[in-house]
Amino acid sequence: MNDILIKNGRVVDPSQQIDEVRDVLISDGVIKDMGKNLKKKGAEEFDAAGMVVAPGLIDMHTHLREPGREDEETIYSGTRAAAAGGFTSICCMPNTRPVCDSRTGVKYILSRVHEVGVVNVYPVGAITVGQEGQQITEFGDLISAGAVAFSDDGHPVMNAEIMRRALEYTAMFDVPILDHCEDLNLSNIGMMHEGFIQSLLGLAGIPAAAETIQVGRDIELLEFFGGRLHICHVSARGSIHLIRRAKKRGVNVTCEATPHHLTLTDALVKETNFDTNTKVKPPLTSEEDRQELIKGLQDGTIDVIATDHAPHTDKDKDLVYIDAPFGLIGMETAIPILFTNLVHKKLITVSQLVEKMSLNPARILKIERGTLKAGVVADVAIIDPERRHTINANNFFSRSRNTPFEGEKCRGAVDTTIVGGRIVYSKGKILEEKCK
Amino acid sequence: MKFNHKHLLGLETLTREEIELVLENAAGFKEIFTRSIKKVPTLRGKTVVNLFYENSTRTRTSFEIAAKRLSADVINFSISTSSVAKGESLLDTVHTIESLGADFIVMRHSCPGAPLLLARKCRAAVINAGDGPHEHPTQGLLDAYTIKEKKGRFEGLKVVILGDITHSRVARSNIWALTKLGAKITVAGPNTLLPKPFEKLGVRLCSNLQEAIKDADVINILRIQMERQRANLFPSIREYTLLYGLTEERLKWAKKDVLIMHPGPINRGVEISQPVADGEHSVILEQVTNGVAVRMAVLYLLSGGEENE
Repeated sequence: MNDILIKNGRVVDPSQQIDEVRDVLISDGVIKDMGKNLKKKGAEEFDAAGMVVAPGLIDMHTHLREPGREDEETIYSGTRAAAAGGFTSICCMPNTRPVCDSRTGVKYILSRVHEVGVVNVYPVGAITVGQEGQQITEFGDLISAGAVAFSDDGHPVMNAEIMRRALEYTAMFDVPILDHCEDLNLSNIGMMHEGFIQSLLGLAGIPAAAETIQVGRDIELLEFFGGRLHICHVSARGSIHLIRRAKKRGVNVTCEATPHHLTLTDALVKETNFDTNTKVKPPLTSEEDRQELIKGLQDGTIDVIATDHAPHTDKDKDLVYIDAPFGLIGMETAIPILFTNLVHKKLITVSQLVEKMSLNPARILKIERGTLKAGVVADVAIIDPERRHTINANNFFSRSRNTPFEGEKCRGAVDTTIVGGRIVYSKGKILEEKCK
Repeated sequence: MKFNHKHLLGLETLTREEIELVLENAAGFKEIFTRSIKKVPTLRGKTVVNLFYENSTRTRTSFEIAAKRLSADVINFSISTSSVAKGESLLDTVHTIESLGADFIVMRHSCPGAPLLLARKCRAAVINAGDGPHEHPTQGLLDAYTIKEKKGRFEGLKVVILGDITHSRVARSNIWALTKLGAKITVAGPNTLLPKPFEKLGVRLCSNLQEAIKDADVINILRIQMERQRANLFPSIREYTLLYGLTEERLKWAKKDVLIMHPGPINRGVEISQPVADGEHSVILEQVTNGVAVRMAVLYLLSGGEENE
């Protein structure tokens, strides 16, 4: 493995409160040194002038679809999409077929990652067997197999008693529950955010209360019974209020928001004439909700930005709105969209972005990443904050193309991704020969 | 003035002038109905396909007669007899129909936006014949036509739409058309069936029937469906009729010359009593006749507004 010397980049490492031009030396797959005018004989030099050099991004919320729906995504394609998006580590949700609810499921994913993956993958185990909301899984065994968190994402645990037990039991292992908050009775047959736009379009609505009620319930359970709770893809302003208040009184809750909820609103369903790439759970919410999410990013209520990358084939998305599945992909558009709409508009700093896309996920998942400290595994994302380009789903490494950002003009792009000291992605290409 | 639309997908996107143009043309076509030969050669050689994913005898028949009176060839493509039942996707079905040479596709579908998907993906002119609770533009136009014919104006008219507004494409298309034409709209019914955000459109919401229809010039009554009771949107059909059924006594709350409209099919004794449905104020059957004229106007205007030949 070559040593790599990244020269003259703007190093942004919130774990050390660094945001300045420095060189970074990678040796034997770990961060060796950081400073000015570093030199190393024989090292491959990488000119990062004008670029942001950050600890590799970590996406806590993706769906890789393998096993079961390899037509939508595979571990091969999904990890390449991750690398192209600057993500060096990703969590994959357990709603595969079969559901990842056992040691076997976790081991299968990890063995496939070993064979064909190009980034680190941390499997998330199911909270309940088959994600059926009835019987909790063998959390201890799943953790020993490699699961880092638990979630019934997509199939929320409707029984509060079961959620209580899951929180209590997983507290023994200090792992988080990644909580998809949705009261299924309230969301019912809803297709989009209930509000003005929905009332015009005549699609069945999903009221914001479907989310906030579950957020409230699970914060209560957490306070009473302990454990660690991370709320997924927060979309409603009421949820932000609840989480902000809970954090103020010291409750151990964290949460994430997605790039699409941070930048899009329900108006897009109408503007695109019912494009099914706007159909997602939780639904795209109102501008007032979006503004509150941005406030939540700024004041720290929102700890993490995660994509909820949810691939679906053209065949499934080319249906009428009611029949199309919920979900959209996000790993390859996250950085361009977030730089264009948040960083360049000065709504958050680069450092805040890196904190929420690398440091905080690492802390929540308790993995030794998300930092450029000497001695740590060399996962690095190099971002060109000024590159102008247009989103074109035909260039994605993902097997799917279900993005609402197609054709979006962006400023900011991932230039190069380094995983464990190897350059796996650079300037539009996966460097296969360097992956193994 | 030209009608600059390839498709008719809804009334939200039409201007007041465009709506007025349809109504003027409809009046011309209605005149044909009094002739002994009720047919003109306007669309000779054109093919109109009625693609109905939901049952609807009335609307389908109305389009069929409209197209035939314009001398078009008409094909009815309904779900029970098609390969849709065998799992063919909407787009595959449509491409097949197009390959058969359709110039117009008249579509009814239970999903809002389905005709918009169709319009994006095919060359034929698409007419929305009702897409779930979203829009039913030709119904909105024929209701406007009927009001104009009877009242002679829209400006200042008080129009009440009564019933299940939330799930009604008729309500939405009526609101778009009539507000543009200058009428004042009240939607009435139980709270659970009134979309609160409609206030932003300048529509008044009212759950008290007496208040709602006080001084009304027009009451457009919508069909109430059993499935809404199962979803607990109201406790029972019985209670609905008790609170909102339009009877002769209650009709006295409205103006003396109030028009009673209903898009059909009507539930006699539920949302409307027998005497009101058949009474002197009712224009329900005239709506049906006007529907043919309005649909002829729409087909004509979408074809470019010129005689072929």
